[in-house]
Amino acid sequence: MQHPPDFKKERRAYLVGFVIALGLTLLPFWAVAAPWASRSLIIWAIAVCAVIQILAQFRYFLHINLSRQKREDLQLILFATLIVIIMMAGTIWIMANLAMRMM
Amino acid sequence: MNLQDIALGRLDWNALPILKAIENPTASELIGGGAAGVVIVGGLAVVILITWCGWWRPLWKDWLTSVDHKRIGIMYIVLSMIMLTRGVIEGALMRTQQAFGLDGGFLAPDHFAELFSTHGTIMIFFVAMPFVSGFINYIMPLQIGARDMSFPVMNQISLGLTAAGAALIMISLVIGQFSTGGWTAYPPYTGKVFNPGVGPDYWIWSVGIAGIGSTLSGINFAVTIYKERAPGMTLFRMPLFTWTVLCAAIILIFAMPPLTVATLMLAADRYLDFHFFTNDLGGNMMNYANLFWLFGHPEVYLLVLPAYGIFSEVIATFSGKRLYGYASLVYASLAISILSFTVWLHHFFTMGQGANVNIAFGIATMFIAVPTGVKVYDWMATMFRGRIRFSVPMLYATGFLILFVIGGLTGVILANPTIDYQVHNSVFLVAHFHNVLIPGVLFGLLAGYHYWFPKAFGFRLHEGWGFVAATLWIVGFAVTFFPLYVLGIMGLPRRSFSYQEAAFDPFTLVAMCGAGLILSALATLVIQLWVSVRGRDSLRVPVGDPWNGRTLEWATSSPPPEYNFAVLPQVTTRDEFAMSKANGTAFPTPDRFADITMPRNTALGMIMCIGGTLFGFALVWHIWWLALVALVTMLGSWVAGTFRTDRHRTIPAAQVAATHVAWLEQVATATPTTRDSEASSRNTGRAALDLPEISA
Amino acid sequence: MTAQTSSHPGMNLGDHHGEAHRTAETLVFGFWVFLMSDLIIFGLMFATYVTMLNPMGMAGGPGPKDLFDLNSAFIQTMLLLTSSFTFGMASLALRHEQGKGPLILWLIVTLCLGLAFLGFELSDFSKMLAAGATPARSGFLSAFFGLVPLHGLHVTAGLIWLIIMLIQIGTLGLVSPVKTRLLRLGLFWHFLDIIWIGIFSVVYLWGLA
Repeated sequence: MQHPPDFKKERRAYLVGFVIALGLTLLPFWAVAAPWASRSLIIWAIAVCAVIQILAQFRYFLHINLSRQKREDLQLILFATLIVIIMMAGTIWIMANLAMRMM
Repeated sequence: MNLQDIALGRLDWNALPILKAIENPTASELIGGGAAGVVIVGGLAVVILITWCGWWRPLWKDWLTSVDHKRIGIMYIVLSMIMLTRGVIEGALMRTQQAFGLDGGFLAPDHFAELFSTHGTIMIFFVAMPFVSGFINYIMPLQIGARDMSFPVMNQISLGLTAAGAALIMISLVIGQFSTGGWTAYPPYTGKVFNPGVGPDYWIWSVGIAGIGSTLSGINFAVTIYKERAPGMTLFRMPLFTWTVLCAAIILIFAMPPLTVATLMLAADRYLDFHFFTNDLGGNMMNYANLFWLFGHPEVYLLVLPAYGIFSEVIATFSGKRLYGYASLVYASLAISILSFTVWLHHFFTMGQGANVNIAFGIATMFIAVPTGVKVYDWMATMFRGRIRFSVPMLYATGFLILFVIGGLTGVILANPTIDYQVHNSVFLVAHFHNVLIPGVLFGLLAGYHYWFPKAFGFRLHEGWGFVAATLWIVGFAVTFFPLYVLGIMGLPRRSFSYQEAAFDPFTLVAMCGAGLILSALATLVIQLWVSVRGRDSLRVPVGDPWNGRTLEWATSSPPPEYNFAVLPQVTTRDEFAMSKANGTAFPTPDRFADITMPRNTALGMIMCIGGTLFGFALVWHIWWLALVALVTMLGSWVAGTFRTDRHRTIPAAQVAATHVAWLEQVATATPTTRDSEASSRNTGRAALDLPEISA
Repeated sequence: MTAQTSSHPGMNLGDHHGEAHRTAETLVFGFWVFLMSDLIIFGLMFATYVTMLNPMGMAGGPGPKDLFDLNSAFIQTMLLLTSSFTFGMASLALRHEQGKGPLILWLIVTLCLGLAFLGFELSDFSKMLAAGATPARSGFLSAFFGLVPLHGLHVTAGLIWLIIMLIQIGTLGLVSPVKTRLLRLGLFWHFLDIIWIGIFSVVYLWGLA
């Protein structure tokens, strides 16, 4: 029976993930509470922080990474992302186009 | 609010169409009341028959509570056959109405609207989908050399929820009425303001509940293919049917959620006064069309891909050849399943979005025809220089190849937005999608029914009646739907119960005759089944390989034991069984047998089925207490099931060995059948190797 | 995480868990597929919300700036993020076989954080409803009440699941089905936090920016 190595190392990884997520949450909230730039820039900052935080949570909490994975797991996630992007972007594009033409 | 309103919601005696037919005996009401009567009498007859024969116990023990993927598969197919009967009769009724539709006809407009709504909903959700699921359930685990699905109990729950949806549609025939909004149920037509009745609610809950079952099926299929393959069965050694199942499962997993979203939003509009799709206060009904077709387009590929898989197996087997272009067929299937998510807008080119949006989706739609074209060439190349036996499945396959290409071509025509503007919502479209769904999906399923029936029941279907049925289907289809192309170009809108243009008349009459042929095709299938069951002793194929099959499902007895394979097969190549027969290593005697652990029976699927039916029914009629009770019972029994610890039972090795050795004995003593006598009673299910194994 | 190969996404129990680790491969993969299916539902709710986020969708009713409270959204975000971390601690306690004590403790902390999150969310909703901002008011509010409470419903389901798991740890002990269910609950819980990143970014921050 082989024991998993190093509880402390794994706990540290969770803490790192938690701190990163915390930072990427505080930053956009702060930007909205006390705007330090134009609205469009802040919205971009919110989007970038959200994407990085999602990736960080995948990495540190869900343990998805590019190595040591069985490929089918990564394929599944990437495929789901592709489909969700097609559906969301398509919906917003079509509906925006329709709204524009009804003005 | 009085006690009756609380106890029964908005249900009262006026909901019974039979009473309406007695009060007001017009042709339309009599047909409606008669249909309700047929459902009631038919249901009672089944109950009496089962009681008379004392079948309740075996029905419960061996079927309804079984988690065996093979039994579940058969139950799916039985369900779809029952629904097919209703769907075909409704279709024929509509063709008849239109044949007499010049300035009138015999059906009331609302009755006609109900007919096309139930016909579409039933044919897609309760015929095509369960039929496909049935084959996937039965065949796929056998083809990959697995003992069962990854999640056998969830499999049973999927069946239960699908059956609940079908039950709701059958109930709508007897109590109240179904939606008049077509199978797509577009708001605001199905919204609360325009239609406060029960019809759209029946649609929402029957489709919604069955849809959840289908999502769970998709998860089960995909995980089974990924995790349960026999040793050595790499992805690129999988039979093509299994590949198409994987593609279909991907579509189920990702395309059913948009349907769930669309139906629940519509329900929120109708029940909770939301404004997703209403005409006022910022609702946007165009988003419904968008969401619905996000599901609806992948859906048709979800149906047709497994049918492609069946044709691939059938054509390879009956050509006595390895499938031509296996890898290209795999990649074409994968390409179709991905591209199917990029074309949904072509269902509403005329909704008002700009030309740029339209042409982007038009081009994507034309692209999706390419992989299908690849497949057609692969199938033809498989037949080329093969030793073709013209059996019933091959007849369906031939009909498919010719007719489906026509259907596909009309699809490419419709993919052009400028042309679509001309024929949109005309019966040209009706002709097109029947032209892909009947030769594509239904012929595939009927070919599969004929091809795998001996695997499931141990005896073949009668060939002669099969030929008659297949011919009637092919001719009946052509006579019914080719006139609709002409009618569509002449300008007959779809879903018209009546018209004023006398020039339509000859074509609608021809189409009605075609519908008669299709009805007789259906009747012939019933006769064939009856004749085959009666004469099963001369049709028996106990060894299990009546067609000189190529894939693993033929390497076990017919019907297979509960655990499928006494010892899991070791796979070394594609077309494993054909290769092992050629090498003389088929039917090996195992060195040793092991105990086999199988899941225990459970009533969970039945609880979900009955609970789901009651839940949907209660919501339709606003009987809130019953909905709550049903929901709590369903969720509660599911949770309670997780506390069970005795969920498996073990079949001892000795029993497995005894069964297997007895079968090997049968294999050894059976006289091998040459391909020429395949259709005669000499066919024992042991194939003689009279054909050299031709590789692609 | 470690030198051991992982057989499925998410926290792996590890080979020292024997049967539980082997059965987890199929179960967790299946659950992961379900989550991806659920992701589509949320994605479409987000897309619908975005298409309603305009004067036409608001139909003269209140918009994000009239309705949302940044402080409350921040508190909810912190509660859910912390609960995601504490569930991670519970998963580690399970993986490293630290016994029932630490596992139950971390699960109860997660449960309390989740309940607090729900409390704040429900109080937000009730304030909105009391102010007449009901889903019946506009398409925009329908989309809001379609998206955010759907997440809340998932959190509620997760909490009920968590309570059931606490009962099962007590009655069944740390047997293999209980372990694999905890793994899946963990995935579910982290997934809900990831969805919440989308909600606080798109609904609250974008709306108030």
